[in-house]
Amino acid sequence: MLLEIKDLRASAGGKEILKGITLTVNAGEVHAVMGPNGSGKSTLAQVLAGHPAYEVTGGSITYDGKDLLDLEPEVRAQAGVFLAFQYPVEIPGVTNAYFLRAAYNELRKARGEEEVDSMDFLDLLEERLKVVEWGPEIIQRPVNAGFSGGEKKRNEILQLAVLDPRLAILDETDSGLDIDALRTVAAGVNRLRRPDNAFIVITHYQRLLNYIVPDFVHVLSDGRVVMSGGKDLALELEARGYEWVDAQAEALAK
Amino acid sequence: MSEPYLRDLETFGGPATAEAPEWLEPLRRAARERFARTGFPSAREEEWRFTPVTPIAQGPWQPAPAGEPEAGARPVAREDLAPFVFGHSEWCTLVFVNGEYTRELSSPGALPEGVLVTTLGEALRNGGDLLPRHLGQYASIEESPFTALNTAFLREGGLIHVAAGIDLAVPVNLVYVTTADAAGTVTHPRNLIVLERNARASVVESYVTLAPGARYWTNPVTEVRTGPNSWMEHTRIQRESEAAYHVATTQVEVHRDSHYRSFAMAMGAALARHNLSVRLADQYSEALLYGLYLTHGEQLADTHSTIYHDHPNCHSWEVYKGILDGRSRAVFNGKVIVLPEAQKTDAKQTNRNLVLSDFAKVDTKPQLEIFADDVKCTHGATVGRLDEKALFYARSRGVPARAAERLLTYAFAAEVIEEVALEPVRQELDRLVLERLGE
Repeated sequence: MLLEIKDLRASAGGKEILKGITLTVNAGEVHAVMGPNGSGKSTLAQVLAGHPAYEVTGGSITYDGKDLLDLEPEVRAQAGVFLAFQYPVEIPGVTNAYFLRAAYNELRKARGEEEVDSMDFLDLLEERLKVVEWGPEIIQRPVNAGFSGGEKKRNEILQLAVLDPRLAILDETDSGLDIDALRTVAAGVNRLRRPDNAFIVITHYQRLLNYIVPDFVHVLSDGRVVMSGGKDLALELEARGYEWVDAQAEALAK
Repeated sequence: MSEPYLRDLETFGGPATAEAPEWLEPLRRAARERFARTGFPSAREEEWRFTPVTPIAQGPWQPAPAGEPEAGARPVAREDLAPFVFGHSEWCTLVFVNGEYTRELSSPGALPEGVLVTTLGEALRNGGDLLPRHLGQYASIEESPFTALNTAFLREGGLIHVAAGIDLAVPVNLVYVTTADAAGTVTHPRNLIVLERNARASVVESYVTLAPGARYWTNPVTEVRTGPNSWMEHTRIQRESEAAYHVATTQVEVHRDSHYRSFAMAMGAALARHNLSVRLADQYSEALLYGLYLTHGEQLADTHSTIYHDHPNCHSWEVYKGILDGRSRAVFNGKVIVLPEAQKTDAKQTNRNLVLSDFAKVDTKPQLEIFADDVKCTHGATVGRLDEKALFYARSRGVPARAAERLLTYAFAAEVIEEVALEPVRQELDRLVLERLGE
């Protein structure tokens, strides 16, 4: 298996947010993680990426046979973990091309490969732009600076396409997207699906899952996985609402 | 405090006046008398509160050695200057070694007809009405004792005159280089740049050294006048020895429908002060003032800028950024003065500082004096650390923590460097920042 999360507990600012998450992801799979606001979805994403603001207080995460929690955020990225941020950060002053090449070369260095020069990298980048159906002008714009919400999300998928991770976590990539942008982003992700990589798609709404069809759906509530199922679970959830989940969660807690 | 200087002023007054034109003597005398009255500024004066000039005042400073280098010292070669010509030795480049114009190291460049690029010394010998009309007209000896001193001692520097309607396609690069021979000396470079109506020019001033540990003092003054409907980019790069003192004044007068933009990079000197004063002297003129200071160790970099909005419908835009490490300090004081008649003034000033160490310190002070009522004037100043969110973002892409800090620090600087219009200069500034950040 690629990723095994066992009874994961994490807190921020002294408050426990994840209260025992267990989840297994194999290569070639797409897992959707759904849940109401405050259920811990984004915290799970941040903990997987190694955000220093979250303290892991229990449980384990094994990625590709390694203890993921032992690794610095950059080492996780170098090992093939990628988080598409819910709120991508603006970095005025460096271009997309510069930033991405810096990241790309770090990954290569970590694998013991030669760094690529800017000309070769531009070729690769222009190739990868097709994944998100973008023109080349975007690569000379500063990273996310002045981008619309939709452009920022699309840029995350461009980074994903360039860095080519084994495990990609998409944190509410659908939020703030209109239907056309959502389709483009989802099509990009579908193009990147392979038997040797895996996706965790975190979303509040079922809508995205019409386009990125998951193999498994997990529902979080109050820091726990309260339901797991196939893609139909998302539809049921859409029909019944998160109150239904809360009722299930209460039943589970008893 | 100023007494050793006054003695020098006396002796200096002799031989120099002998070859100087008649009109110059009253200017020099007034400057001498002015400095004799004021002496060096004290830390009690508001304008110098954070920048103690005691080490400069105490001296002692010798005039820079003229002519041949000292026995055993190697003369400056063209290769030594390669780092300071932006890869464009064909640009019109005037090189001053320890204050003296050095023809063998300079390049005349291919200048269009109607453009005069020469040295102040040459122009003083040759006569003509350019100097008497402009020299000392913009940089007032009343405003700063350092300008008074410079004026009292003025002898050499760059002189640029662009006639009406001429586009000076090739940049002019004024390079002031100090060598180890000049330890313990002071130079007073004096530049004058005049653009007539519809003229266009890019000028770079560089203050650099071949003796990184040498203690010396550079006291330059640059006067600029841009005529109606002209365009000028003025870049200054200060890379003095980190044991040196650099107190500079730039005074600019911008006329109707003109565009003046400047970029000031300060990364050298133990103590660096730049007084930048821009007068928007007629309607529809605009000034874009950008700056970047990079300090580390015990360095102090001080920028005092003043923008005078004397007339309606003018625009000024000022962005200065600083990156401070070690125990270094920065001072930014940005005055904008809008006279009652200067309606429809649009002025924006920003000073942002990135502090990389717990011991670095910034004193930033915007100072808006607005006497008109129909204006748009804003200012903002920040002093902060690297953004934790951005650091994590870069690390989550595989960039190690130290490299992520460097990347974001570079990004902070690059955002203002990209305002430099002249590409080779922009690239060189980029390179200097990356070099300082240890790439």
